[in-house]
Amino acid sequence: MATMTRRRVLRRSLLTLAFAIMLLPTLAFFYWLVLISLRSDLINSMYPPEFLPHGLTLDNYRTVIAQNSLIKDGFNSLVIAVGATVFGLLIGAPAAFSIARWRQQRFALGILVARIIPAVSYLIPWFVLFSRAHLIDTYTALILTNLVVCLPLITWILISFFEDLPPELIESARLDGCTVYGAFLRIALPLARPGMIAASIISLIFAWNNFLFPVVLSGSRTSTLPLAAFKLLNFASFSWGQLAATAVLITLPIVIISLVVQRYLVSGLTVGSIK
Amino acid sequence: MTLSTPSNASRPAAQVAGRGRPPRSAWLERQARWVFPAPAAITLLVLVVFPILYTVWMSFHSWTGQIQTPPQAIGLANYTQALLHDTRMWHAIWRMLIFGGLGIAFQTILGVGMALLFHREFPGKSVVRTIAILPMVTTPVVIALTWTLILNPTQGAIPYIFFKLGLPQVLWLADPKIVLLTLILVDTWEWTPLIMWITLAGLSALPNEPLEAARIDGASSWQIFWQIILPLLRPAIMVAVLLRGIDAIKTFDIIYAMTQGGPGNASETMNIYVFQQAFNYQQIGYASALLVIFFIIVLLLALVLIRLRRAPSWQP
Repeated sequence: MATMTRRRVLRRSLLTLAFAIMLLPTLAFFYWLVLISLRSDLINSMYPPEFLPHGLTLDNYRTVIAQNSLIKDGFNSLVIAVGATVFGLLIGAPAAFSIARWRQQRFALGILVARIIPAVSYLIPWFVLFSRAHLIDTYTALILTNLVVCLPLITWILISFFEDLPPELIESARLDGCTVYGAFLRIALPLARPGMIAASIISLIFAWNNFLFPVVLSGSRTSTLPLAAFKLLNFASFSWGQLAATAVLITLPIVIISLVVQRYLVSGLTVGSIK
Repeated sequence: MTLSTPSNASRPAAQVAGRGRPPRSAWLERQARWVFPAPAAITLLVLVVFPILYTVWMSFHSWTGQIQTPPQAIGLANYTQALLHDTRMWHAIWRMLIFGGLGIAFQTILGVGMALLFHREFPGKSVVRTIAILPMVTTPVVIALTWTLILNPTQGAIPYIFFKLGLPQVLWLADPKIVLLTLILVDTWEWTPLIMWITLAGLSALPNEPLEAARIDGASSWQIFWQIILPLLRPAIMVAVLLRGIDAIKTFDIIYAMTQGGPGNASETMNIYVFQQAFNYQQIGYASALLVIFFIIVLLLALVLIRLRRAPSWQP
């Protein structure tokens, strides 16, 4: 009896230890980032480094928010992410419906290929073409290019949601005199709402996080948050506290969204891999 | 939104009679399978197919990116130069494969391990699972920036902990022998959750009967894992591994933000090298040839992926 409980206790503690080890890198990462963002550079540059929270202040946040470029960059990031997602849904949802309903496997494969090809491959022609069309440093260029990432993601996620709808629903709507278009808008789309939510969230996150496209295609007018953080890190004689505060501000919206809609996020990120 | 117009217009007419619809809507109805995917197909044609064709065309030209001087056709010269003489490219390909291969090995072992651990019921399950999802949604540039601070040789946390533990000092980002491994570890930190979540989804879809049967036959949990769970999970894990693998060799953000391929070229993968040729050296033609080589490699890997995706349905 005693050995039984001892074994159980041992098992319990081993499990707890395993959890701790698995989660430690993630927790430590965010702890350190937030800690640096809340301290003055005086404390941040001390040696040995201080691991516990002392002398916390919001000064870094006040400073970086006061530089109005951060607000502008945030606005740019938002416009581009929302723009690419809205267009992605408008174009991707009918395509996904069509692939699911008429089993257009080749088209599905074509979309998969668009997702597989390295994004760097598009950059040279885009750069040349957008330069010629005087579209460098415009929302148009950045929304269009982000669409290349967002559209395949959205379509791929929605295909499996539309495939899960019973085909009888569409057929009965059509017998009632609905056109395919009506059946899509009135029946398929509302029923695929969880899929639409999952697809939008993931598309928003990917576009928000995108760094490669703005590096080449944006300038001072349409600079985005990741680009701003990169420039702070590499070109300015930066303050650690302000750098970390910027990083926290970039990440915060995503973390909040992820916490609120975890279920959708997971279903969207793992779809396509299971089927 | 353009699609709503025909459907709204045709609805009243369609309700009047399923027998005699107006010709226009009937035509639209018959063509629906082309109308629905058309916007996406056109978008991809313009944004993906055309740039690829243009890249292939450029790869047979010499062009330094000056808009004034037109590209000059030079045949296969870019390819012979790249394949026969460009050791920097071969090193970049090699690093890309190491980055992808080693990264996937780490991520699969850790991700499957985490999934088996997190699959069971325990208090705080949803909180723990949510924390585990954060790395893969965090902005890559932020990940790069934070790890750069954590690994900073003078004020970073990890070098100090190494020092306190009496471990040898490692120049994580400055030592050419170490830097690629550092980036692989950062990539592993970021993407292990993806493998974990896919494996978790696979685990929850596992049939119960074989597990029950094995338990009744007195199999140990170790045997159950190796001989039943793992083989059943294999398809899910394989697909996760290949999807992740293709994304891994394309990694740009964390490498460019942390090292820009340096020190020297020690962490320069193919992606970074192409980017440097095109946008720092303005060798547009040469970079295009490198790109064609790059995406042939990626497409070959993708073919393997697609075959494996189909594989389960071939089995009875």
